[in-house]
Amino acid sequence: MLIASITIFVVAAFLGFVLISRIPTLLHTPLMSGTNAISGIVLVGALLIASAADSALEQSLAFVAIVIATINVVGGFLVTDRMLEMFKRKDEKADE
Amino acid sequence: MSLPVAVVGQSAVDVVYLIAAIAFILGIRRLASATTARSGNILAAGGMLLAILFTLLRDGMGNWQLIFPALAVGALIGLFAARLVKMTAMPQMVAIFNGLGGGAAVLVAFSEYQRFAPLPSALPGDLLGASLFSALIGAVTLSGSVIAFGKLQELLPGAPTVFAKQQLFNGALFVLALAFAVVAGITEDGIWIALVIVAALVLGVLFVLPIGGADMPVVIAFLNAFSGLSAVSAGFVLSNNALIIGGTLVGASGTLLTLLMARAMNRSVANVLFGAFGQVQEGAVAVGDGGTVRETSADDVAIMLKYASQVMVVPGYGLAVAQAQHTVRELADVLEEGGVQVKYAIHPVAGRMPGHMNVLLAEANVPYPQLLDMDDANPEFPRSQVALVIGANDVTNPAARHNQASPLYGMPILDVDRAENVVVLKRSMNPGFAGVSNELYVNPKCAMLFGDAKASLEALIASAKAA
Repeated sequence: MLIASITIFVVAAFLGFVLISRIPTLLHTPLMSGTNAISGIVLVGALLIASAADSALEQSLAFVAIVIATINVVGGFLVTDRMLEMFKRKDEKADE
Repeated sequence: MSLPVAVVGQSAVDVVYLIAAIAFILGIRRLASATTARSGNILAAGGMLLAILFTLLRDGMGNWQLIFPALAVGALIGLFAARLVKMTAMPQMVAIFNGLGGGAAVLVAFSEYQRFAPLPSALPGDLLGASLFSALIGAVTLSGSVIAFGKLQELLPGAPTVFAKQQLFNGALFVLALAFAVVAGITEDGIWIALVIVAALVLGVLFVLPIGGADMPVVIAFLNAFSGLSAVSAGFVLSNNALIIGGTLVGASGTLLTLLMARAMNRSVANVLFGAFGQVQEGAVAVGDGGTVRETSADDVAIMLKYASQVMVVPGYGLAVAQAQHTVRELADVLEEGGVQVKYAIHPVAGRMPGHMNVLLAEANVPYPQLLDMDDANPEFPRSQVALVIGANDVTNPAARHNQASPLYGMPILDVDRAENVVVLKRSMNPGFAGVSNELYVNPKCAMLFGDAKASLEALIASAKAA
């Protein structure tokens, strides 16, 4: 099981390095906040443990996990969109 | 209780996870250009939404009374945070969000461990290892990010907090956390994974505290990579490919940005993370050695700017501190009306995080084709009549090119001294972060306009309009 996971990790890492190295410094801040939102995919894990939580302790931990992962996902994508919207050419600015 | 819709089997959910992973990859690919970037972000968000929806629809999901309120609370907080945050505060926001991802990974790992812990050997050995690793890395990310946030928000002193034998102590703490993890792996008793988490939390705090405020761009990128690795390790625990691929992309991005920022600061990553640098060094060489500094006036500079055919603006973080992004754009508007070409030369460490200065200028309505990175900007200086340096210092020091004795030697810089004239807007003659005097200021081409950046720019606008 784990070796299959590690294989996927290694392939994704190579792909990631190729993709990221093509992104201009102009967009590095949105890149960080956008990928930051993607790391919020751990929300999927939080939902799975919440569904299986029995004791009060497990349920409280799962609740906190969902809340913070959701902040990460929603806040991350929205703030990235807010930033990218500001990047305009001169003609696009004139249209406003 | 289950949802009143058809539930979906695990294999269908796995297919959706794969689609989500592809959406992340294509979304990041579209970030390669400013024209497609926004659609890329929306594509990645769509992939995320699908992954979450189908996780909820999965056969056997329950505890809705817990899940839905938690999602609603998180979404609301995220919405307000994204709306209200100032662009200058973006580094803090990314720092704290890194911590949230790490924190969620810790909780997932801890819960998975607890679920199986009462039944010895119920959790397969490799997954046991993965959950301990996830707890360790997630906890370091969480507490390290909180400290980075505190420093950036100026709740904590930006100067490095150091004590004797710190590196040795941190190393010992790391070994201790690993030892707890080994015991936790053997005994499968919940108290030991809790100890792993506590040790890792302390380690995260002690790791970031000694790193100075000026080095925060590297630290944020580094913690960004760690938040990705936290998601990857949680993916190992749950054998979930969406977490592994999504987290790995973040890890790759954070790692590349860490290397890039360290290079732009002329330091090794190890030196930034373990060197307790980033404070102003004692014994800076006095400015003015072997030359005199020429002071100029707003009227003279305004005339020079108006008769130029191309002006390069070189913004540093001092510009953002003075809240002068909009003022500099107003000056550019006045000059452009008179037929002057205005371009901006952005050094990689011009802001508080990678790419930060571009966002600040885009917010001030500067069209992005005028924002040049270092490689595109340097060939433009010899073609420019004026380089207008605002709140930038070390990144313009020509000593980095030729003076092997300078601590800046080898650092990639903006070649402002190759423009016909250089005007530096500066509050005073204080040295920059590295505490090194700037030989540019005694160059005969260079004139200084002293004062607050915003006030000086306003004076320039008034003079340029009058001239």
